[in-house]
Amino acid sequence: MERIPILKMGDFLIVTIQVDMHDRLALALQDDLTTKISATNAKGVLIDISSLEIVDSFIGRMLSNISGMARILDAQTVLTGMQPAVAITLVELGLSLPGIRTALNVERGMSLLRASLAESDDATSEDDVDASHEM
Amino acid sequence: MPLTKCETLAIRAEADVVLVRQAVRKLAIEQGFGLVEQTKIVTAASEIARNTLDYGGGGEAVLECHTDGIRKGLRLVFSDQGPGIKDIGQAMRDGFTTGGGLGHGLGGAKRLVEEFDIVSAPGSGTRVTLVRWK
Ligand SMILES: Nc1ncnc2c1ncn2[C@@H]1O[C@H](COP(=O)(O)OP(=O)(O)O)[C@@H](O)[C@H]1O
Ligand SMILES: [Mg+2]
Repeated sequence: MERIPILKMGDFLIVTIQVDMHDRLALALQDDLTTKISATNAKGVLIDISSLEIVDSFIGRMLSNISGMARILDAQTVLTGMQPAVAITLVELGLSLPGIRTALNVERGMSLLRASLAESDDATSEDDVDASHEM
Repeated sequence: MPLTKCETLAIRAEADVVLVRQAVRKLAIEQGFGLVEQTKIVTAASEIARNTLDYGGGGEAVLECHTDGIRKGLRLVFSDQGPGIKDIGQAMRDGFTTGGGLGHGLGGAKRLVEEFDIVSAPGSGTRVTLVRWK
């Protein structure tokens, strides 16, 4: 079966959805991403949907599922490049994509992921410092 | 309202849902719909085509271009001979699903078009009509 490619860049996985996906292809992407996050220990997932002409409830559910599973596996998800017409339509469909972070484009999405990774690194090192003080 | 163009597409597999989306997009462009209008009618068609396949066991979509004076519009009729819907009010409600979906297909499609009609009864299949004007 046809599959959407997933690129690895450092701690991040990057997916660009460029085809009008039928439902099974979308489900395959969801499975592949989940598997790859855990296999590579990725800390962030960026999904670029700038070439997607629609997001219906099925694709919306897939995007929410990916972000939810990524969170369980300790990775952040950011969705980039959603076309304004798609965003307007999503709201009318009644889908708010809860818990999904969005960015205008890939560049901003990457900095969002980097920033949140740096933040969590800081938090970890502060914990380490605290622990050493207590000793 | 005079009919200017009509095509019928079978909905038997997931790939057909994609074909319906593409055909509706093409007609919406031909009718002069703006990008947001196109996106709305294509998204509504995608929701209903998927229901025709998943719950209706397959069926067909009739895509019609209409001209009413200077108004141009699209009328899309999805029909299947599946199990039908017992309680349409319940099925229309956001969040109601019997198939593990989000339950926003019917309600969402209705909000995305200007005219929405659903005819369904247990044992006699389902027919959903969507109309959007430019
Ligand atoms: N063509 C159909 N034939 C039979 N039942 C249908 C059909 N379309 C919708 N339904 C019923 O209506 C419910 C709601 O549909 P929808 O709003 O699209 O949400 P979802 O597809 O996420 O379940 C479905 O779960 C199903 O029970
Ligand atoms: Mg549905």
